[in-house]
Amino acid sequence: MSCATQRVLRTVTDLSGPAGTLPMSSYNNSARFNEARRVAIFGGTHGNEMSGVTLVNLWVKNSAEIQRKRVETKPFITNPKAVEKCTRYVDTDLNRAFSPENLSAPEGDDLPYEVQRAQEINRIFGPKGSPEAYDVIFDLHNTTSNMGCTLILESSKDHFNLQMMNYIKKAIAPASCLVLLNEHPLLKYSTSRSIAKHPVGLEVGPQPQGVLRSNIFEAMRVILKHALDFIELFNEGMEFPPCTVEVFWVSERIDYPRDANGNIIAMVHPNLQDCDWEPLNPGDPMFQTFDGKTIHYQGPGTVYPTFINEAAYYEKQQAFVITRRETLVASAIRKA
Amino acid sequence: MEHISFPPLSRVAICGGTHGNEMSGVYMVREMQQKQKADQVGSVSITTVLSNPRAVDACRRYIDKDLNRCFTDDLLSAPVTDSTPYELRRAQELNAQLGPKGSQEAVDVVCDLHNTTANMGLCFIFYSLDWITMHIYKYIKSKITSAPVRAIQLDIPMSEAYSLESVGKHGCAIEVGPQPGGVVRADIFNLVKEAVDLTIEWLQGFNSGSTFEGGEVEVYNMVKSVDYPRDPTTNEITAAIHPELQDNDFKLLHPGDPMFLKFSGEAVKHEGEELYPFFVNECAYYEKKIACHLGKKFNITIPSVSVKKD
Repeated sequence: MSCATQRVLRTVTDLSGPAGTLPMSSYNNSARFNEARRVAIFGGTHGNEMSGVTLVNLWVKNSAEIQRKRVETKPFITNPKAVEKCTRYVDTDLNRAFSPENLSAPEGDDLPYEVQRAQEINRIFGPKGSPEAYDVIFDLHNTTSNMGCTLILESSKDHFNLQMMNYIKKAIAPASCLVLLNEHPLLKYSTSRSIAKHPVGLEVGPQPQGVLRSNIFEAMRVILKHALDFIELFNEGMEFPPCTVEVFWVSERIDYPRDANGNIIAMVHPNLQDCDWEPLNPGDPMFQTFDGKTIHYQGPGTVYPTFINEAAYYEKQQAFVITRRETLVASAIRKA
Repeated sequence: MEHISFPPLSRVAICGGTHGNEMSGVYMVREMQQKQKADQVGSVSITTVLSNPRAVDACRRYIDKDLNRCFTDDLLSAPVTDSTPYELRRAQELNAQLGPKGSQEAVDVVCDLHNTTANMGLCFIFYSLDWITMHIYKYIKSKITSAPVRAIQLDIPMSEAYSLESVGKHGCAIEVGPQPGGVVRADIFNLVKEAVDLTIEWLQGFNSGSTFEGGEVEVYNMVKSVDYPRDPTTNEITAAIHPELQDNDFKLLHPGDPMFLKFSGEAVKHEGEELYPFFVNECAYYEKKIACHLGKKFNITIPSVSVKKD
């Protein structure tokens, strides 16, 4: 039994209660968090991921939809030059640029554009790791993978985020919204949202780069509506009882088979293509060579692949990531 | 039935990467270059061409200018200076290699491989009424069952024909979708490979003396293009393709059918005559101010064809 489970079993009163109850009954050991007063919504971290670009531009012009009581929500285009060119990035991937080294590097025009941008964003919404940093940042992304609506979590111990994600999942049911947890020490990366105390990635697909699909756009819009509702309820004093959240925990990155020159020699197999989140068993087809041969998955057990055939990951040596399904337990939370 | 004879079609060019992020063609050409022991397959000599290598390297549609708009007679004969955009130069190189366009030296058939983000299945695109290309289309349509196979005719005189396939004596673009830019999907690649293999098979059959029966073929043509609703001051789009039109290429659009869904929630409807939409939500067409093309469907009677025997 994990430590988290032990902790909650000492205090749990009703695990199956609805998400959010009036503060009549109080849970022992509710984790206390400050009100989330400063929230940002980032779009265009990748300039060709159109849902976020379009939503943020819409809200910069008219922010009525994202207003909530007791919270300032700032929509922001993080990579305007990439948005202008409708490209993922200009010099380097902004969503990998928020490393401690980059953020503390001496300023200068000779730095890659995105590193300069990262420093600027850190000034406005950070500094990362300090009490002044924004409370929550939602970073809006699209993927060419068939991932549906996915929330990306960076820490299994962020009970505020876990409760938010539980709230969102229940609010959009029966529509699905899955949670991807990337806490892997080697595979984790320095995202733009990592500036905030509570970083939330929002990834919706499938959508080609440079294309705006109505269904994808509206799905992302609905998720943000529920996320902001949660923050408003939390800030008003609502207590959220302990809950469980199923997560897909990133464990490994799988590259394409390549030749000696680094060219790919096979494609994601038709049986695996579009099957994000579905079990991949040892022996299942994984890749197909250009002349029609099948390469099978040879791992030790069943895994759950995602980010299958994401356009931007060919250059990052990633055909898909492997995850394992876990259930996390979130403690009750209320505002401090 | 009418019957027409043609000289042997012995030289064919298979081109990929005319747009550097349309990956089926890029990998098809690479695969053919690696696997082909000889360039001669029976009676057909095959040239494989990576049309826009710099754009392929950058995994972008183009570097300076859309290569597939550079093949008009005027652009092919324009003088080249230091400031000439890369693709204009490259078009002239390709014209020298595979053409010259309109001359006796041009290759017999140019087959240019493309992908689209639109849900178009497999589409042949050609200028005017070329019996050879239409027979290849008819043949492939009869053999491929895993995806819809259709043809679009662009009614443009050859001098103004702007795309790569106009360089050959006979030519067509094979457009397959949906596939995002920068992605190679195995199902789409397998379809493209099947189409290329069948094209070569048809050419071999033709050269060896087979008669290909004519008949009626169904073709779409383009009547007009429709742009996205835009904000009059900023020119930014204010709507997305409506969910009922999205992915419904070639499904007849009636007056009153929704075409766009504005971000504010209202639907924008199709007005005017019944037409067939295609290239619905093609990524590269946002900058060309095209949300989709609209066209009509008609039948053409094509003659039977065979090779001219001296």
